[in-house]
Amino acid sequence: MYYGVSDLVNGYQAGVVAGQPVIHHDLSKLGFNFAEGLSDGAIWALIAIGYTLVYGIIELINFAHGDVFMIGSFTAVGLWGPLGLGLTTSALGIAAGLIVSLLLTMAVTGSLNVLIERVAYRPLRSAPKLAPLITAVGFSFILQNVGLLWRGGNQQSVPDLIGAQQVAFTIGGVHILRGYLLAFGVMIPLVIATTWFIGSTRAGKAMRATAQDPEAARLMGVNVNGTISLTFLLGGALAGAAGLVYAVYETNIWYFQGFQAGLLAFTAAVMGGIGNVRGAVLGGLIIGVIQSLSDSRIGPQWTEAVVFGYLIAIMVLRPTGLLGEETRAAG
Amino acid sequence: MSPPGGTGGRLLAAALIAFGILLPFLLGDASGFMNATIIAIAYAVMSLGLNIVVGLAGLLDLGYVAFYALGAYSLGWLGSEFFARLNVHVLVSPAMSALPGVHLNFLLVLAAAAAVCAAAGVVIGLPTLRLRGDYIAIVTLAFGEIIGVVAVNGQSISLGGGMTLTAGNLGIPAVDAPYFPGTGTFSQLDLRPWYWLIFAILLAVLFVTLRVRDSRPGRAWIALREDEVAAVSMGIPAVRTKLLAYAMGAALGGMSGAFLGAYDTVVNAGQFQFGFSIFILAMVIIGGLGSIWGAVAGGLLLGFINNWLIPDVLNNLPAAFGLNFQLTQVEFGIFGFLLVITMVLRPQGLLPERRRQLELTAAIPAEDAQLPELDGPGPGGTA
Repeated sequence: MYYGVSDLVNGYQAGVVAGQPVIHHDLSKLGFNFAEGLSDGAIWALIAIGYTLVYGIIELINFAHGDVFMIGSFTAVGLWGPLGLGLTTSALGIAAGLIVSLLLTMAVTGSLNVLIERVAYRPLRSAPKLAPLITAVGFSFILQNVGLLWRGGNQQSVPDLIGAQQVAFTIGGVHILRGYLLAFGVMIPLVIATTWFIGSTRAGKAMRATAQDPEAARLMGVNVNGTISLTFLLGGALAGAAGLVYAVYETNIWYFQGFQAGLLAFTAAVMGGIGNVRGAVLGGLIIGVIQSLSDSRIGPQWTEAVVFGYLIAIMVLRPTGLLGEETRAAG
Repeated sequence: MSPPGGTGGRLLAAALIAFGILLPFLLGDASGFMNATIIAIAYAVMSLGLNIVVGLAGLLDLGYVAFYALGAYSLGWLGSEFFARLNVHVLVSPAMSALPGVHLNFLLVLAAAAAVCAAAGVVIGLPTLRLRGDYIAIVTLAFGEIIGVVAVNGQSISLGGGMTLTAGNLGIPAVDAPYFPGTGTFSQLDLRPWYWLIFAILLAVLFVTLRVRDSRPGRAWIALREDEVAAVSMGIPAVRTKLLAYAMGAALGGMSGAFLGAYDTVVNAGQFQFGFSIFILAMVIIGGLGSIWGAVAGGLLLGFINNWLIPDVLNNLPAAFGLNFQLTQVEFGIFGFLLVITMVLRPQGLLPERRRQLELTAAIPAEDAQLPELDGPGPGGTA
């Protein structure tokens, strides 16, 4: 549905839902924008954590990260067939199947991310800083073309396993869809687990130490290469989870989905303060809301420009992000 | 690495130029190879432009496609019937003078494209001046994408009088072919005039780029690239020097864009994709970052691979192995792969710049005294 700029001014707008003309009051539309935006944002948040961790530890914009997310979607959808998941599966079967495919997808994308680091970034660690960024861009294109060969060049619809667009319940006139619940149901536990892992385990402490000062960490007996691999594993696994949620929630996938998702998530990571996991989550949610507002009030064809304009503004005006960078300062 | 100076180098250059001028007589008038050669030379001009920004000044620009777009639109605006309400004719053929719209001579369009893009380069460059290197990449990428979005949606931006900013994915059709007194109007039936035109542009651009590299601004770019703090403390004006790099790199992209627009006879928003920025970047990297001859070689090489080798020669290769796809579908994957292996195996490129080669391969790397460590070095430079 297309909403014009004038709606922003008028506060009311007319639309057609299920053949019936309706007039939304702006407040409930705002609620809709927030509900949809926050759920989209939950997906961007999961991807953004991967960017922020990797940038925090080796100061590299892992440009291929968005495409790892895309491979995550493709892997998840590819697993549903062998797992016997389909529209006729019982609710319990779908829940179990989704959990199994979530874990497998996370393992696949985590390993893929580790492999990319090993092949394309590690050999260049002492080269000028732009060198690994260039290989990252190269890998992004390689993965996109893998996706292209895997499932063709068009958007593909996938089975709507959970009825993602069905209303689960309504709060204050705002419909909460099942897809929203899935996005948050996956994002929140994973973010808590990640925060716990980085904050409370020995490996997490090694990650923070390496991010702060790799040389000193190495002298203190931290296995720097292993820690970097672990960071890529973690980031890749979270991107895989995001990929599964995206496929179930949007019910369509295509090989180019990772490009924009990756840039949105990167914006989120910068906005939250690079190296800062909580910041990445916050940034992801904000970006999701901005996107949803732009979709419904300015027009979806302009959303990309709005988000990129916002990205430029954030990077130029506040490059340290909302919550500040954690890497070289506090840890 | 520039060809050796002195008489040997001059003879080599003269021989190459003579070969370039005579080449169309060896090829057919309108063969596929001739077409690929023309496009490859246009790409080499863009590659030279991007090399100034990325190679010489060390500012990673991932949105170079913006200047291709603006250059092509300069032609669409100033050399077609697109602005049908206006009637402006400057030094065009008698037939064109009768048509509505704005019609400028192609050389004027080239100059306008260069000016528009130089201005856009400065506008895009300004906000990046204080950013760290990799953030520059993302900001330029974002600008490139925004210009792409505006190009696609330009149909809904009204300029008054029923005229719009762009024609979106429909394209601005029937842009003017170059016309000069004595040559007549260029046509798609005889590609040789197109070839000589772009070859002349390449020679001019090559000459200017070589001179600028060795003059004051060129040395300032390299100094800033190598060590910004040291360069600034030696009195190099960082802002002006960087903006000059952006402007000059953009101007070359715009000129090539205007030429390609005329050659394609249509300016279509759909062709200004992010992938094209990476395609041009791959030319610069594969040729050798900062190396002018490398940029030309990389542009020609990838131009031929993209427009001749992949579509005409190897396209059915996967089918020969029983695979169900065509090579043109995955061309960007191929360029991505070339980027990765070049960076990992031969980061200095095919025709490396001497200074860059020392930095990347000598025992003493960029970070002066930091020796390479055998058992897994720490993350690149802790400074």
